[in-house]
Amino acid sequence: MSNWLLIIYCGLITFLTRFSMIALLKREMFNERIREILSFVPSAIFPAIIFPAIFLDNSGDFQLENNPKIMAAIIAMLIGIVSQNIIATIISGLASYWFLIFVV
Amino acid sequence: MNNKFRVFLRGIFDVSPLMIPVVPFGLIFGVLSIDIGFSPIETMGMSLIVFGGASQIVLLQLFSGGASSLVIISSVGAVNSRHLLYGAVVSEHLSDLKLIWKIIISYLLVDQAFARSNEYFKKNNDKNKYFHLFGGGITCWVIWQTTTFLGIVLGAFIPEKLGLSFAVPLTFLALLVNDFRKFINVIVIIISGLVATFGFNYVPYKAYVIVAGIIALLTAAILTKLVKTNE
Repeated sequence: MSNWLLIIYCGLITFLTRFSMIALLKREMFNERIREILSFVPSAIFPAIIFPAIFLDNSGDFQLENNPKIMAAIIAMLIGIVSQNIIATIISGLASYWFLIFVV
Repeated sequence: MNNKFRVFLRGIFDVSPLMIPVVPFGLIFGVLSIDIGFSPIETMGMSLIVFGGASQIVLLQLFSGGASSLVIISSVGAVNSRHLLYGAVVSEHLSDLKLIWKIIISYLLVDQAFARSNEYFKKNNDKNKYFHLFGGGITCWVIWQTTTFLGIVLGAFIPEKLGLSFAVPLTFLALLVNDFRKFINVIVIIISGLVATFGFNYVPYKAYVIVAGIIALLTAAILTKLVKTNE
């Protein structure tokens, strides 16, 4: 598939999710139980991006020693829990990562 | 000043504070997309056609890992499934709109605009209230296109050894800050992360995001049920 076709399909599926919620879905279609479970979607999906990007190298092998990403991610997470602030989380993570690779 | 325009401006005003984290997110997207090998036109096209930060970053991440198109598209769908939740909330406020407005609003309906307009809808009930979502959505759109463009330009000057790809997990981590304090969420986060990491090389077609998501969501369903029966 060409890059453009891939981009268009990804755009289409993103649009259709949003459109379905405005035009097709009604409040009655989701009972409280389904809404409760849907509220876990970010917690269920995002870590599947986060963990491999931190613990695996480019070829998919475990990289547990000499890996500044692990410490930087832990610092970012702690700052995030305390501050509840998106920017502070990203910046503290990047800053500690750079500190670990360039200074230490 | 007519009412529609006033509600439109109110939408811009309400959503603006939420735009601060979008700036680094858009820059990172632009820089990474060029780094991975998409052309500047394709990168701009992604922001114009998809217009969704999480969708676009997942697209980049899986594309660079060599995932097939079908897996990339269904993973983007999985990431977007969180939006279905909003539908139950926002549709009742917009049910009288003309189809063309439903299409425009759907294209512009990103998390930040939704969050602010949903608060506004609860308090205000005039027939032009959808202009609030329109104003907020347009604001997000302008910021996202501008920062993507700046990222594309900056990408040429940012050295690879800065390791900016690390910004991807950090950005998603930042989106979860509210969930780290909830016990069931923490377990769901750990399960999803472990399944994805250990399944990375074994789940066929790089469908690890979907497999980890489904297993983690089932865990959430079981745990919430257990908590209820024990109450």
